[in-house]
Formats: sequence, C-alpha cells, structure tokens
Amino acid sequence: MAADVIRDDLTARPPAEAAEAAGAAAGGILIRSLTKSFGGGPRVLDGIDLTVERGQLICLVGPSGSGKSTLLRCVNLLESPDSGMIWVSGMLMGRHFDGHRVRALRPAEYRRQQSRIGMIFQQFNLFPHLTVLENIIEAPLSVRGVPRAEAVARAEELVARVGLAGRERAYPRELSGGQQQRIAIARALAMDPDVLLCDEPTSALDPELVGEVLNVLRDLAASGMTMVVVTHEMSFAREVADRVVFMAEGRIVEEGAPEQMFSHPREERTRNFLRRVL
Amino acid sequence: MSATHRPTETPTPTKTPTTPTTPTTPTTTRTSPISPDDFAKAVAAERAAGVIPVRHTGRVVLGALAALATVLATASVARNPSFQWGTVGDYLFSSRIIDGLILTIWLTALSVALSFLIGTVLAVMRLSANPVLQAISWAYTWFFRSVPLLVQLLFWFNIGYLYPRLSFGIPFGPAWFSFETSELISSAAVAVIGLTIHESAYAAEIIRGGILSVDTGQLEAAEALGMHPRRVLGRIVLPQAMRVILPPAGSLLISTLKSTSMVSVIAVTDLLYAAQLIYNQNFLVIPLLMVATLWYLIMTSLLSIAQHFVEKRYARGFARTSGRGPARVPKPDSL
Ligand SMILES: Nc1ncnc2c1ncn2[C@@H]1O[C@H](COP(=O)(O)OP(=O)(O)OP(=O)(O)O)[C@@H](O)[C@H]1O
Ligand SMILES: [Mg+2]
Repeated sequence: MAADVIRDDLTARPPAEAAEAAGAAAGGILIRSLTKSFGGGPRVLDGIDLTVERGQLICLVGPSGSGKSTLLRCVNLLESPDSGMIWVSGMLMGRHFDGHRVRALRPAEYRRQQSRIGMIFQQFNLFPHLTVLENIIEAPLSVRGVPRAEAVARAEELVARVGLAGRERAYPRELSGGQQQRIAIARALAMDPDVLLCDEPTSALDPELVGEVLNVLRDLAASGMTMVVVTHEMSFAREVADRVVFMAEGRIVEEGAPEQMFSHPREERTRNFLRRVL
Repeated sequence: MSATHRPTETPTPTKTPTTPTTPTTPTTTRTSPISPDDFAKAVAAERAAGVIPVRHTGRVVLGALAALATVLATASVARNPSFQWGTVGDYLFSSRIIDGLILTIWLTALSVALSFLIGTVLAVMRLSANPVLQAISWAYTWFFRSVPLLVQLLFWFNIGYLYPRLSFGIPFGPAWFSFETSELISSAAVAVIGLTIHESAYAAEIIRGGILSVDTGQLEAAEALGMHPRRVLGRIVLPQAMRVILPPAGSLLISTLKSTSMVSVIAVTDLLYAAQLIYNQNFLVIPLLMVATLWYLIMTSLLSIAQHFVEKRYARGFARTSGRGPARVPKPDSL
C-alpha cells in the first residue's frame, strides 16, 4: 500500500514551520497536506493544512459534504488518510518516523494514540446497556488499567462537572438528549485527552437543550482544553472560538478570528455560506 | 365499552345502517362526507353515549369452533384406551427412561454450549478483515448447513472406516500417540460432535446477525476511546447483540433438544432410544412414545420459561423491551 510508507513532509519545511510544530507539540494539533478519498472517488479532503495551538478552540464550519467530519475522523484515526501528516500533542498520528522513513503504526500502537484524543459524536454514541457510571469508567479501567475505586471517584467528579450529579446509576435512555451528550463529554474527559474533537455536538438536540451542552463546552474551553468543534451554531462560534475555519469541497477556504470571519469574510464562498446560515 | 348508540352517520336515526343489504340513505355511505349539521349531531351523540365498537362476528365464531375442536380432540386422546395412560404413568419415571432423559439433557447442553462457542468464533471470522478467515467461515457454514444432521451422524459414526487410526505427532512425520478410532470416539462422543458441528453453523449465522444489528456508532465510540477489539466485542458489541441473538438462540436450543432424538440411529441411549429399547421388548409402542413426548414437552416448556427471563435480563437499558418504553399505539376499539 502506498499509504503505508510516506515521505516525511515536515523535515523539508522552513524553520518557521518547525517553530509552529514546537507550539503544537505541547498539546496542539498540526495537520499538513492531508488528503483522503473513499474507494477511488474524488478527494474528500484535498490538501488540508491546519494548526491549532494548545488551549485554542477552533470552530470548523462549512456546507454539508465539505469534509468536516472526515477531517476530524482522520485526526483520531477512525479513518486512515491517503497522504499527509497529523501531529497531535507530539504524537505523529498513525505513523512512526525513524529519521529516514515513515511507517504505519500497528493497531496496538495507534489505539494508544486514539485513547489520548477525545471524540464527541453527533449521536452521542453512549453504550445503551451500561449505566452512566459504567459508560464513563469503561475506558479508564480497560484501556488505562486505572484502579476501579479511583476511576469511580473521577467519574463522579466528572458527572458533577457536567451538571448531572446523582444520575450515575441511570441508563442513557433515561436521560434527555442534552444530558446524554453531557455524559458523552464526561466519558471523553475521563481519559484525560490532550485534545477534544466535537462533530456537531448539538445537531441532534432539541433547540432548548443546545444551550446546556454549549455551556459545558464553553467551560471546557475556559479551562484550557484544546478543542476542534464542527458546528452550525454560529453564535457559539462567534462567542468562544479563537479561530473560525471555513471548509468547502475538501479544502480550507478561509480562516480567521470570528469577528473578521463573520463581519468581513474575504472569500466569496465564505460570504455565500454565511449569508445562508446566519 | 358501554356504548349503545351508533355514531350518527345517517341523519335519520330510525333507519338502521347495520344491515348493508337494505340500502339506507343512498347519499351517505359510511365514509362519505357529512354536513356540518350532522357533524355537530355526531359530536353530541358521541359525547352522550360513546362509540359502538365494531363487532368481530367472524372472530367469535371461528374462536368457538376452534375451542370446540380442541376439546373434542383432547377428549378423544384422553379416552382412547390405546394410549394406555396407566402404562404411561408407570414408565414416566422408570430408571431407564430417566437415564435416557439425563443423557438427552447432557447431549443438548454440551452441544449447544460448544455450538455457540464455535459459532461466535465463526461469526467473528466471517466479519473480520481477513479474506482467508472469511472464506473458511463461509464454507463451513455453507457445508454443514447443507448436510442433514442424520447423514452427518451416520457419517461420523462410520468415520472409523475412513480413518481407522488417529495419531498425534508431526504432520507427515512420526506419530507420538496412536489410537484405534473406534476406541477413542464413543457413540456418545460421535453424537456430540455431529450435533455440535451441525448446530454451530446455525449458531454462527445467529450471532453474525446479532453483531451486525449493533449500531456502528457504538464501535466508533469504543474505538475512539482506544479500547481493544476483544474488549469491544465482549463488553460493547455482544451484550447489545444479545437482544437480537437470544430469540433465535432459544429456538435453536429447543430444536437441538429435539434433534438429539436422532442419535438413536447410532445406538446412543437418549430419551427416545431408551423408550424404543423398552417397547421393543414389551410392544407397548404408543404409551412409551407418549412418555418420550411428555418429557420433550416438559423440557421445552422449561426452556421457554428460562428464555423469557434471560431475554428480560438483556433488555436492560433498552426502553423498547423493558416496559418503560414509549406508550403502545392504542388499538382501535375491539372486543
Ligand atoms: N465512509 C464513506 N464512504 C464513502 N464516502 C464517504 C464516507 N464518509 C464520507 N464520505 C463522503 O465524503 C464527503 C464528505 O463527508 P463528510 O461527512 O466529511 O462531510 P461533512 O462536512 O461532515 O458534512 P455534514 O455537514 O453533512 O456532516 C461526502 O461527500 C460524503 O459522501
Ligand atoms: Mg459531518
């Protein structure tokens, strides 16, 4: 497979790049020349370059089918990219570089990387046959080998943090959508992730439940978590994002501070998109 | 319902719309639009006396006929002297029958347990990314589902002709141990092997269906947490697949219980063969077949009850089957 061995890109870049990489190494995300297509189809991701510094919150916006989900899924290795490099908090995702060649990681190796990245799904994806507490402690116990008592104590702390203290014994179906998503966030946080990726975390929620989930995300951002949030909630993006990134047809069309992006977008396509969603 | 009035679908209450043979007001069929006036009257009539339920005459007549037929058939069986109920009672707990019963239970339990173990492996192989494992699993299922159990039992019973000696050692090299096949494999072992191989092909399909029924979002969530695939299968996928697996698995268990009766052809003294051995001596064929039938009935009933409780256990967290579910769609007025 061509994707198994990929020439390293970073070494060939100018020193400025290396400095940026150093920033990302401490807890950020650095993506270079990422491409991805499905089954020989057109490129769903067509040369993505993106830098997220530690503690930043990036909002990823763009029309349906522009590749936002695919980008997040590549970052935490739910999809394997065709080419390009992803660096998260010092980890070369899914790859190993020995100084000469880049090789693909074995499953056990990339699972360890995956466990360091939190992922929030549109449909929550809580385990329905497990209680809230069991959902949260599952990965700390089975992946990290944390002692049970410690995992439970931490889980209770996290449940309280997302405002659901006392619901540890409930099954997901007994909770509202907003509550389920908050538990999903607690489940991700239980692994102490370096970064948190959220793919439309509020799109499956009734409008009156959106606020409670966004509040939790807002608190997380304030506490210094590095986050990439795909969202259609433009007011949220405007308020909390450090940067807004606009994607279309697998490319990053424009990025900038929320003020600039929403008030004076440079690109015609950004303007068109924003006119439709704002 | 205590309703005595028909909704006023005809403006003239003197006429009876219940007899479709006599055409009533030709302008109003049961579904034609009614005037605002009539609508107001209908509202008042419904408020006063409710709605007359539909009469299911056919259902009542059919039910009565079926009940009658059942009573007659049962009476005829109970009173027919050929069944010799007294003899049935004598043999129901005879030691040879009980021994056969115990062997039947053993055969069923062992072969079903092994079938689901092997079936799980086959299902995982079939769903794996490895094309060789996929093909082997597919071929196994295809072959052993195609060959009738009876044929297989006879085949395994006669395997000694094919491989008179079994040896363990280096393939194509020297053997460390060597046995006469017929010594090593008793009839009972042949029965377990034949049943297991046959049932595991079905178990594989049942388990595969269950695994496929689990939402892929569950797999992604588990993968994103960095969970090991074995753990994902055991902790996340199979418990959820259980809801889909259990009903057909219960059927497979019951059908295996009955299939064990086929081992009588290879002289394994299961419940049926025990009964046959007895009636070959005393010619009380019908009563002894009734003894076997009663035991199969009892065991099947016990298994059905057990299945009910096991299914309930695996419904945890799933509103649809746990009784906390969405309100049932109210049935239209019926008897
Ligand atoms: N597993 C897959 N197999 C084939 N094509 C896929 C797959 N996943 C995504 N695609 C295609 O990739 C493109 C980008 O999809 P993606 O889900 O990343 O878009 P998106 O920006 O998240 O859209 P949305 O806002 O609707 O969620 C789409 O054209 C989609 O059809
Ligand atoms: Mg998407």
